[in-house]
Amino acid sequence: MGQQVINGLFLGSIYALFALGYTLVFGVLDMLNLAHQAVFMLCAFVALSLVGFLHLHILVAFPVSVAAAGLLGVVIERVAFRPLRGRTSSNISGLISSLAVATIFESIALGVWGPDVSRFPFHTVPERQLHLGGAVIQELQLVIIGVSVVMMVALTVLLRRTHLGRQIRAVAESGLAARVLGVDVDRVIAASFFISSALGGAAGVLFGLAFNSISPDVGRSVELKGLAVIIVGGMGSMPGAVAAGFALGLLEVFTVARFGSSYRDAVSFAALFVVLLARPRGLFGAAPSRVA
Amino acid sequence: MRVARRQLALAAALAFVGSTSASAAETVKIGAALSTTGAAAVYGATQRNGILLAADEINRSGELSGVKLEVLVEDDGSSKEQGINVFQRFINRDRVSVILGPTLSTTATAADPLAQAARVPVLAVSNTSPKGITDIGNYIWRVSLTEQQVIPGALRRAKDRLDFKTAAVLFGNDDVFTKAGYDVMKKALDDLGVKTLGTQTFAKPDRDYNAQLTALKALGPDILLVSALADNASAIAIQARQLGYKGPIMGGNGFNSPAFIKNAGTAAEGVLVGTSWNSASPDLSNQRFIAAMRAKGVDPDQFAAQAYTGVYVIAEAIKLAGNKGGRGDIVAGLAKVKDLPTPLGRFSFTASRDGQHEPALQEAKGGKFVIVQ
Repeated sequence: MGQQVINGLFLGSIYALFALGYTLVFGVLDMLNLAHQAVFMLCAFVALSLVGFLHLHILVAFPVSVAAAGLLGVVIERVAFRPLRGRTSSNISGLISSLAVATIFESIALGVWGPDVSRFPFHTVPERQLHLGGAVIQELQLVIIGVSVVMMVALTVLLRRTHLGRQIRAVAESGLAARVLGVDVDRVIAASFFISSALGGAAGVLFGLAFNSISPDVGRSVELKGLAVIIVGGMGSMPGAVAAGFALGLLEVFTVARFGSSYRDAVSFAALFVVLLARPRGLFGAAPSRVA
Repeated sequence: MRVARRQLALAAALAFVGSTSASAAETVKIGAALSTTGAAAVYGATQRNGILLAADEINRSGELSGVKLEVLVEDDGSSKEQGINVFQRFINRDRVSVILGPTLSTTATAADPLAQAARVPVLAVSNTSPKGITDIGNYIWRVSLTEQQVIPGALRRAKDRLDFKTAAVLFGNDDVFTKAGYDVMKKALDDLGVKTLGTQTFAKPDRDYNAQLTALKALGPDILLVSALADNASAIAIQARQLGYKGPIMGGNGFNSPAFIKNAGTAAEGVLVGTSWNSASPDLSNQRFIAAMRAKGVDPDQFAAQAYTGVYVIAEAIKLAGNKGGRGDIVAGLAKVKDLPTPLGRFSFTASRDGQHEPALQEAKGGKFVIVQ
């Protein structure tokens, strides 16, 4: 029982970490960047190479690869979204072109690292465990749960309290109005992509460390769950993404324990359906502030 | 003059015969549909090594007089769709005499019927699903033992050693091979009188098995049986040990790969696996195979041994068909293969065109699989 709660919180924190960066661009700016999962995967591979081949310590490799992921985000924005901006339904065409970027990134990973499952070298992170009653928790799992909560707070503060956050929200409200008021829209969107992809990359590295199996298609398994978490939590809500992540993780784990793993996805997507019927804006979604 | 002319004619006739047998160094094309990318990529790569080595040895030894083997390797991407494409290419464009593969049973169930319809023989070298492979028709043959042949024997040996009374089972339910492995485990456990306390499932793309393993561990089984492909297998072993499960773990055929031990590290230690290749066998053909693979700088595994054997079985079939390598000749030859010495042991086919030889039990120890005698 206790062990299953830990399993659920841990799985949920992975969903939440993935969703946090995702929702900054999708939930706030309303652009669905389908290359997010590819950045998640590539960043894990970059960190793996830094640790495995250059023999850097993980505490050095982590920030370097996360910065690289951020730059990838800027590239995605520049290549897949900016040239299409201003056209009618530019968000939909951006969705399609980001899908192309995802395919390119996956092919690069296939070419460079091969199709096999790769893993971090043994003892990249200390494999210490804590025993709580009958339950076991890895130190790394605690770190990941903690990181997801800290990131949530940091992002919420960024959006609510900082100059950049105000600019991002202004752009989300109306790009044209923001531009009239002197906001450099392109720069703000690029900055959002940088932060979003850096977070996605960080999630990828932590995922790789926790499960020790990185392959070019690893992002796909969390992509759908990440989207579900954003929608259940409420578009653009950071606390919502984390709460929904934990809720989904716990729900999946207890479905497995109670009914068997065959029912896992059925139960979680049924729950998603019920939430959408009962609360279309999601658990933490704000009422629309303007009438469309 | 007359005599001279007659001699000339004879000489010319002889020269003619000579030149036909030389130019008739007939090339027999073997199409190998292997998963060199996708979920089963670890097996495809080693199968390819085994096949190329065997074809090379046979061509060099000249034991097939007048016949040269040419191997075409294509990637089936571990998927049914790509497997079907590769089969169509082999059958219609390359016009191969025989197809080796595909790597996964799932792919075979989709692609083999095409070969059966086109009357092209297929020799499966790694399909282990008991149903849906050789029962497709009389052109489908296989070298690999089914899980049905390997698991019960291996499980019996393990029980003799560990004397377990209860078991828990975890298996991948979205793959023909891992599901078939589970069915056989379940039956073998029942036959041995071992009680199955609980069963859990997962899907190929899953990375997190903590929930399933926690639920199974809570039942307190004497042994944990897992039917999974190598990619999932190593993560399952690691997570089971991290959760504090200390009992024995026994895997299905998917565990049979050096990649499993490499990725699972210390968590692989003590894991038991049934195998159709007894790597420790002192048989001459086995020792020669191991030495030749090592000389190429690769560690041989069961999949390489089966793939290597597959090519030798085809060569034997060609020989038994009178050194003819047409599609029909090979099928006729395969039916006559009996007690062929191979790295897998003395090889024959059963009446249902499945492989037949002795299975073994192995244990991961100090970073490699060791045969349990």
